[in-house]
Amino acid sequence: MANSMYAIEVENLTKIYGKGETAVIAIADATFQVKPGELVAILGPSGSGKTTLLTSIGLINEPTHGKVIIDDTIVADEGWVSGIDLKQLRREKLGFIFQAHNLIPFLTALENVMIALEINRLSRREAKRRATELLISLNLGHRLNNYPTALSGGEAQRVAIARALANRPKVILADEPTAALDTENGKNVMDLLKKLAVENHSAILVVTHDRRMVEGFDRIFEVHDGRIAS
Amino acid sequence: MNLAIRDIRYHRGRFILTSIGLGLLLGVVMSMGGIYRGLFADALTILTITKADIWVVQQDTNGPFAENSRIPEDIKYRIKAVPGVALASPLSFQTIQIDRSDKPLRFFLIGFDLNGFGGPPVILAGRNIRRKHYEMVVAQGMKMEIGEKIRLGLHDYTVVGITGKVVSSSGDPAAFVTLADAQEIQFKKDNDAIRNDRQRIGANLSGMQTLSPAQANYLRQNIAGITESTHTVNTVVARLAPGANVHEVQERIRRWNHFRPISVEEQTKILTKGMIEKARMQLGLFRMVLLVISAVIISLIIYTSTLDKIKVIATLKLIGSRNRVIVGMILQQSLLMGVIAYGIGYLLILLTYERFPRRIVLEPFDLQLLFAIVMAICVIASFVGIRKALKVEPAEALGG
Repeated sequence: MANSMYAIEVENLTKIYGKGETAVIAIADATFQVKPGELVAILGPSGSGKTTLLTSIGLINEPTHGKVIIDDTIVADEGWVSGIDLKQLRREKLGFIFQAHNLIPFLTALENVMIALEINRLSRREAKRRATELLISLNLGHRLNNYPTALSGGEAQRVAIARALANRPKVILADEPTAALDTENGKNVMDLLKKLAVENHSAILVVTHDRRMVEGFDRIFEVHDGRIAS
Repeated sequence: MNLAIRDIRYHRGRFILTSIGLGLLLGVVMSMGGIYRGLFADALTILTITKADIWVVQQDTNGPFAENSRIPEDIKYRIKAVPGVALASPLSFQTIQIDRSDKPLRFFLIGFDLNGFGGPPVILAGRNIRRKHYEMVVAQGMKMEIGEKIRLGLHDYTVVGITGKVVSSSGDPAAFVTLADAQEIQFKKDNDAIRNDRQRIGANLSGMQTLSPAQANYLRQNIAGITESTHTVNTVVARLAPGANVHEVQERIRRWNHFRPISVEEQTKILTKGMIEKARMQLGLFRMVLLVISAVIISLIIYTSTLDKIKVIATLKLIGSRNRVIVGMILQQSLLMGVIAYGIGYLLILLTYERFPRRIVLEPFDLQLLFAIVMAICVIASFVGIRKALKVEPAEALGG
């Protein structure tokens, strides 16, 4: 275990798809750190490697080289560290926000948040209490029992944010969270993320291609052809 | 949180329709089993209601149901005299098809001795036959009314009683008449045939110069009497005295060389193994094919339902869900579909089996076995969906 002040530490992270002549370097030697409560944006055009970076930090995509440390736990060091329960780490330390909210269509707003808590072995009663509180805090108290199809794009994304926050993760990873929203709703979501980063003391890493949405972020990294420039 | 129930609740229309379709298929499978049991029950009905221990039929035949058997009626006296036999009664069987209200009416006519046994097992309406001629008791399945008349052979017969569900091994409803009437219907020649026979016998005898006219006349009357006799039956059934050994009685009758005494066990075997074996195999094959079709359908439904949920499964995996949550969701849906479809199929058969043209017998064991098979099919069928779900990468949750 490392002893660090960072929620996310990435050292020389490299991800190569394929082998030999067909090998494609998606991320090359990425090195950066994100502190708890810090709001960081990764900007870049499509195909630049920003989602690969996010999935590598999100314990979904195994890095080819380099080191990834999440909340003092070394999860990747020249590949996944053996004996690490990636699912457990994802449950306990990471929260995900997606481009298309990815709410489970057959669960209500409340249940969509509860499922994240129940997966983390919280009792049903406690899960319901905490999910209700969260949704009310995000001004969705009147939408608890609505299915995702009955929610507006902005509301659905706020439910997705509530789900990501449910287990009070140290790190929140957001993949184009405003891509499916209009400008106003997109700005509202970004404002909410800024607020949450401060309130929850979570490191928030947002991948986006929309420069307008990253105003007020603590740091912005730009990715071009797999290389990061701050 | 039970994801399977939540998904079903959300997509209830699709789920119910699918379950109804599958339920209809399972209903057909159940009815096939019921028809098979019905064939079995039908085949043994007459054997059961007669309550005979031995069926004496023509030698070298498997009569009276599987093969023709003709034996003289008066053999009943000899059989009755065999040590160990308590009762012996002649029976006559024939299948008849007549037109009634411009529709064919097919039934199995049983002639029984009013002083013997083998008659209607129960009278549900009207009374049993009391007169020696022209009365009949019919099974419910013939849908006739008391007092209704039908013409059989040379005479009209009046329905005086209704008995229960008595059917032949072919499933035709049974009707009972006296033995004398049954013999007349089966063996009585028409007047032209009798005249022809008499003339032929007379012509043959008149050519014999060694006979005096008185001898020739005596012979002609006797021979005509024999050829015109209807005292033939298909079987004589016997009930044994308490403690009598069926094999010893069979052995004694077998020694007469002209008859075959068939025990109830042997007759059951003839009826079930011989007569309905092919039908049984056919139905069994149909059931297997339908079960395979059900398995394929369930697999396809579960597979496509899993494909519909790829993003959901990927999201669940991404937020750290254990595999057993996802496997449980798919397996529970498959099992629930099986349970509901089975229930629908069962309900369908329960509401309609009385209306089937042939008897449907629903045995609890068959139903339980089918339920277990359906559950096994659901588990196996869900494997294709589970396999697909386990291959889903969490990364599939990302992107638009």
